[in-house]
Amino acid sequence: MMQHLPILQIIVPLLGAPLAALLRGRDLAWGLALLLTGVAFLISVVLFGQQKIAGEALIYELGGWPAPIGIVYVIDAASALVLPVVSGIAFVATIAARRLVEAEIDARDHALFYAAWLLTIAGMLGQVTTGDAFNIFVFLEISSLSAYALVAMGAGRDRRALPAAFNYLILGTVGATFYVIGLGLLYMLTGTLNLMDLSERLADVESTRAVFTALAFIALGLFLKMALFPLHFWLVPAYAHAPSAVSALMAATATKVSVYVLIRLIFGVFGIEFPGLADAVGLLILTLGIAGAFVGTLAAILETDLKKLFAQSSIAQLGYMAIGIGAMSATGLAAAFIHLFNHALMKGALFLAIGAIAAQAGRASMHTIEGAGRQIPITMTAILVGGLALIGVPLTAGFISKLYLIRALLEQDFWMLAGLTFISSALALAYVWKIIEAAWLKERPEDAPVLTESPVQYVPAWLMVVATIGFGIFSAPLVEAAYAAANVFIGGTR
Amino acid sequence: MQDDPVIRVVAKVMIPTVMLFALYVQFHGDYGPGGGFQAGVIFAAAFVLNAMIFGLNRGRHVWPANLNLLAVCAGVLLYGLTGVASMLLGENYLDYDVLGATPQAGQHIGILLVEFGVGLTVASVMVALFFTFAGRMTHNRLLDRMEAQDKDAKRGAAKQAPKKRSRT
Repeated sequence: MMQHLPILQIIVPLLGAPLAALLRGRDLAWGLALLLTGVAFLISVVLFGQQKIAGEALIYELGGWPAPIGIVYVIDAASALVLPVVSGIAFVATIAARRLVEAEIDARDHALFYAAWLLTIAGMLGQVTTGDAFNIFVFLEISSLSAYALVAMGAGRDRRALPAAFNYLILGTVGATFYVIGLGLLYMLTGTLNLMDLSERLADVESTRAVFTALAFIALGLFLKMALFPLHFWLVPAYAHAPSAVSALMAATATKVSVYVLIRLIFGVFGIEFPGLADAVGLLILTLGIAGAFVGTLAAILETDLKKLFAQSSIAQLGYMAIGIGAMSATGLAAAFIHLFNHALMKGALFLAIGAIAAQAGRASMHTIEGAGRQIPITMTAILVGGLALIGVPLTAGFISKLYLIRALLEQDFWMLAGLTFISSALALAYVWKIIEAAWLKERPEDAPVLTESPVQYVPAWLMVVATIGFGIFSAPLVEAAYAAANVFIGGTR
Repeated sequence: MQDDPVIRVVAKVMIPTVMLFALYVQFHGDYGPGGGFQAGVIFAAAFVLNAMIFGLNRGRHVWPANLNLLAVCAGVLLYGLTGVASMLLGENYLDYDVLGATPQAGQHIGILLVEFGVGLTVASVMVALFFTFAGRMTHNRLLDRMEAQDKDAKRGAAKQAPKKRSRT
């Protein structure tokens, strides 16, 4: 069975979805989802180990058809690093989902909710695993379509989920269409869809106008999907009005998978030597990244709704990942992978903790958490640590991210950019301080509803918090894995 | 439209013919143009025609929503489990060679099963889409719940309003 793990990674949640849709009865669908995401997490960890021991890419041929003809699934250092992030977050979010979904979603819709939940996870895992460019599009659509449905399910409680889901649907579809238009051009030029084959054959048609057009379409489509400034407007309402469990799952994983696909396409297919890629495209991504970091942070400072606040901060954090990609170096890519990993943990922790509050109080705003630091100390501390990690305080995972990001920029002598990155990170202190002030320095208003907490609510969030601190202190394995992932795309030494 | 004898008689002749043609497209897909997607849509068209002529309620009666959900899921599972079967028989996922006595027979069985899964899911999803949009105003949990919210909000506002007046 061991050689089948790359495909089992995807079909376990994928085939779980139709089963979950058929299950009736209390918590059965949730139990199935928990079991299957747990199995998927286990598989991804084993795959990570297998890949590390093998030292080369594990290749699985679907239907026994070899590479350029058939679809192959490729587990290399990069996908082996991203798979545990997605499946691990999915597992922890599923643990937390039971309470959140019970509070926010009509009992008759639970089966369909978990079906869509498993589908979106399967789609994300598929995008990471596959070595076929069109297969990426198929999985992109699987994960996005079910994500639109999940966001829209927030409408039972918050009607603004409907326009949010609709905007997300329109923009997400535009993004996916741009990607597939670019892909169509590449297919027309080379006659292949296999990523490795594509990168070899592109050398023959490198400086034609059609290839540049293809690059532009693919990059733009993925910028939209990963919510890179200024294509991020769908993200904030979608995360803010979705059911809390969905906000947590998506904030921690959805955009990260698109970042991974962008890296895979830009570096894995076009390659760093592609004419104009290192300077023109790199400069564009750097500029948008740094602009996004500032715009996201400033918008987060002005926000009073906690879900929106951290959604805005996601824009900033995606900006940092873009800066890592835009540096166009091995260290930069490694920094992007490190931040992708760490940010998933931090945002997972934050949105799970906020979700626990929102599920009780109906919403989570600065007003809701006034004086809550004494009423629900454990949950609020999780939010505090998550916030500190976002700033990049030492001993948290966020510090490691920023350290390698700034190192990558200094390597290329981008002194000013390094300074700007530092300033925008420091600005994040403002919104975290706003939360500290509201939660601990203010008295709880007399008429405010009493918030409670129990292990069921805070344990999932704290799992992430502990991981955030753990990877902040013992960062060596992560850094090593991230450099290995970067070396898949850019041959370079540490 | 139920009352027009011409439409009723023509529909009664057409519906089975459409279904039969769908099955032809489905299973002849091995040798000529056709396959699960096309067949599924044609098959669903028969249900859509039935509901349009004889009314939504009778359309639902012929093919209940629960059964339809089962068909949606069964199609996907049939596809996926065909792959799992080939995996259990010792080959890669979706490698049909091992499903039959010879690789050729295996490929034949495999593609037939997989395409049938596709056809089943496509047909039932098309039917589900039609009934969801057509029956949107009568059978929608989300709309019901939102209306209930509105009523609650209005009731709440009505209760609060007199209080305010008494204060001033």
